[in-house]
Amino acid sequence: MSANWEIVIGLETHVQLSTDSKIFSGSSTAFGAAPNTQASAVDIALPGVLPVANRGAVERAIRFGLGVNGGLADNINRRSEFARKNYFYPDLPKGYQISQLDLPIVNGGEIAIVSPTRGEIKVRLTRAHLEEDAGKSLHEDFHGMSGIDLNRAGTPLLEIVSEPDMRSAEEAVAYARALHAMVRWIGICDGNMQEGSFRCDANVSVRRPGEALGTRREVKNLNSFRFLQQAIEYEARWQIETLEDGGRIQQATVLFDPDSGKTRVMRSKEDAHDYRYFPDPDLLPLVVDEAWLDRVRGELPELPQQKRDRYVSAYALSSADAVALTQSRETAEYFEDMVDVLGDDAAKTVANWMMGELAAALNRDNLDIPRSPVTSRQLAGLLRRIRDNTVSGKLAKDVFDAMWQGDARGEDAADLIIEKRGLKQISDVGAIETIVDQVLAANSKSVEEFRAGKDKAFNALVGQVMKASKGKANPAQVNEILRRKLS
Amino acid sequence: MINSSLKELAIALALKKVSSVELTQLFLDRIAKLNGELNAFITVDAERSLAQARSADARISAGNAGPLTGIPVAHKDIFCAQGWLTTCGSKMLSNFVAPYDAHVIGRFNDAGSVILGKTNMDEFAMGSSNETSFYGPVKNPWNTGRVPGGSSGGSAAAVAARMAPVATATDTGGSIRQPAALTGLTGLKPTYGVVSRYGMIAFASSLDQGGILARSAEDAALMLNVMSGFDARDSTSIDRVTEDYGRELEVPGGVAPNLPLTGVRVGVVKEHFGAGLAPDVARAVQSALDELRRLGATLVDVSTPNARLGVAAYYVIAPAEASSNLSRFDGVRYGHRAKSYSNLAEMYSKSRAEGFGAEVKRRILIGTYVLSHGYYDAYYVKAQKIRRLIANDFAAAFKDCDIVVGPTSPTVAFELGAKASDPVQMYLNDVYTIPANLAGLPGMSIPCGLGEHGLPVGLHMVGNYFAEAKMLAIAHHYQCATDWHLRSPEGMSA
Repeated sequence: MSANWEIVIGLETHVQLSTDSKIFSGSSTAFGAAPNTQASAVDIALPGVLPVANRGAVERAIRFGLGVNGGLADNINRRSEFARKNYFYPDLPKGYQISQLDLPIVNGGEIAIVSPTRGEIKVRLTRAHLEEDAGKSLHEDFHGMSGIDLNRAGTPLLEIVSEPDMRSAEEAVAYARALHAMVRWIGICDGNMQEGSFRCDANVSVRRPGEALGTRREVKNLNSFRFLQQAIEYEARWQIETLEDGGRIQQATVLFDPDSGKTRVMRSKEDAHDYRYFPDPDLLPLVVDEAWLDRVRGELPELPQQKRDRYVSAYALSSADAVALTQSRETAEYFEDMVDVLGDDAAKTVANWMMGELAAALNRDNLDIPRSPVTSRQLAGLLRRIRDNTVSGKLAKDVFDAMWQGDARGEDAADLIIEKRGLKQISDVGAIETIVDQVLAANSKSVEEFRAGKDKAFNALVGQVMKASKGKANPAQVNEILRRKLS
Repeated sequence: MINSSLKELAIALALKKVSSVELTQLFLDRIAKLNGELNAFITVDAERSLAQARSADARISAGNAGPLTGIPVAHKDIFCAQGWLTTCGSKMLSNFVAPYDAHVIGRFNDAGSVILGKTNMDEFAMGSSNETSFYGPVKNPWNTGRVPGGSSGGSAAAVAARMAPVATATDTGGSIRQPAALTGLTGLKPTYGVVSRYGMIAFASSLDQGGILARSAEDAALMLNVMSGFDARDSTSIDRVTEDYGRELEVPGGVAPNLPLTGVRVGVVKEHFGAGLAPDVARAVQSALDELRRLGATLVDVSTPNARLGVAAYYVIAPAEASSNLSRFDGVRYGHRAKSYSNLAEMYSKSRAEGFGAEVKRRILIGTYVLSHGYYDAYYVKAQKIRRLIANDFAAAFKDCDIVVGPTSPTVAFELGAKASDPVQMYLNDVYTIPANLAGLPGMSIPCGLGEHGLPVGLHMVGNYFAEAKMLAIAHHYQCATDWHLRSPEGMSA
């Protein structure tokens, strides 16, 4: 595959809103109940029933709109409209899905991500609209027939549509992760991907840089970040190969098969449904007034962007650091807790450790920060000992690993480990001089070379001293004493 | 007793001159005697009705009766009533026993009235002659060779033939008012949003409104007091202060007892007296206008120039909504399912092909077409614009008048089968009534004379939003001065 292709990706994400009841009925939304035990007359679409919009679902959409727009409400439609999307399917009880088309509740907003190749970028949001989920068709265990479970029918969803602003699978995953963090940050979704609370469709096309957008294919229903990455990588490669072989891309909806790692066509453009959208006459236009907006805004936590701005101005962190530290609310809380303990001037050290040792360990063990074996207080305890020269930066990494393994518990875990393993830094001048003298006596060749003008020999001597002290000697003092003795 | 007003029945019940059980039995006997010929009821369940009547009698004895406690009421088979077969006039729902009560049914149950039975109707309320019912046509009690109008033909025939003192009905384009005109009744379609649609099987959601077929404005007011009111389960239900719709009936209006309508400005729509209006109907309506003037009203000319586009706009909007509303009848969860099918698509197509009649299919097809990609703007969006223009016409007219009047239907009741093969002629029956639905305004039809073959003629009235009490008062004063509403079909009054 030749290199000069640009991949263009936009994502449509279905986020299940964390209301207790459904979007148009009073039934429970709890996951995992026995089939059809959470389906009311409205959910099963008995003749004569009518929908009533759940204010809690609308309010979560408003939170989202504010959350992706820096708390400003200019992207929230004061008057939006529910529309019917008509199609027949056995798990769609009314024969239409209530959604929003021309007037969604949210227009615009952005999600900041860090691209591995482009640094910090903003992914623009096209829109976010409210809709209801369908039920489930169960195709097994019914003696050749299908079963229908309508517990999920009417579950509130926010469909969030991005602009085609992403240029690699990694960027798409970074966006999906940031969006996932955002909806959890503002408390509108539990983020449980196994239960389908957060699922993505990816619109993928490829083009030569500078050319107009290519024909896109939509990869449906990706319910993990790993599948999202694999599906986009496969799909983009397939499109590039097809074009390089002289083929053309036909607009289509495709499914990703995690077992084969391939995508296959579900329906082509010609088979596309005509959904015959029209405004739902059973529901009045959805009106959001300023008082409601003000109340919701007042209840919002500090948003990622607001935190980033504060981190940059108050702690002099780089923008990239600030983005990384606001990946999730828990990450930010971990950071802020450590800074509270250590002081503002420790912020850069804290950031380095979180994005270095901590991130690497979490990544290695496939954990997220709330499940980190090393708590923010424990890590702060360790950094305090680096700052007061009790332990060297190098040995501190050993202390961190020991804490990770659970060698000691409690907020003073670092102290306990340093003590137990004798990792305390040697800063006593006499003790260091003794070691230096021994090293100089045993390495006369290096001493001669240094005196002959070879600077490298000095570093070798430092290394020997550190080795002899088992890494515990204070490196600055070693330097100073060595220079004095050799001069 | 069968000719008594609701107020007279309530007094008789209160004074124990009759029990609810006796009253219910009286009307059940009327049904048993006449329904074979008229086909006004789809379902009668004497045991169930009499059980309700016994409860009503206990309530009356306990001294906490309301105005309609113990009174039998016939309900259009479009309202879900728990435990009752609720068919909507369709084979599709011929096996559907409703597991819940419509808001309207609940209100009548709370009021202590008796469900007398479920009345026949055009299938899914689509029709103007009651000939599209899966349960066969309803006959007009005035002349059994003629239609009673539709879609609430069963409710109209039941009340006209004294098989029920009063009935509920629904009106999407004239389905209360046109049958009222054709059977000599007082019909009321309230302002959109006054009566909850919860449990009322939807035809065209933005137009459907529950209402009443009664023998007088006074009875209709008592009925509306029970049926109306806010219901949180219907998002289009309007939350307003409860009102007594009969409050203006007994208030002496005008400057003298014989001039009760003094100060009332009656708008006469000149466009309604042009081509298409039968001369006998025109004559009866004209004399009703003269009567209104004699009673003190001032007649003013008004114009609703866009009303002529009403039928065309209606036959885009109503089928569009219907095509979507009727999608739930797919044979999956309830209702008719084909006996044999080899796959899902066939299950759908056979169940729906078998379950729906020709008129319903016609409207689903029209509605599906007008909502289709590429046609939506040309049809649906344009029809909605016309709808707005018609509402604006009325708003302008109501600056000059309190009420707009004209004929309800262009002709008296026509013969069974006369228009069955010509949908457009059938649709034009509702040319005068449709604009009120499109604008969401309240409308009434009251008997105002007899036309050809001695058949009743209706006077149509459209009031401003929430002007029901005023309309009912005008109708009541007219009915106090005339006796058209007391006429009954020959052989049906005893």
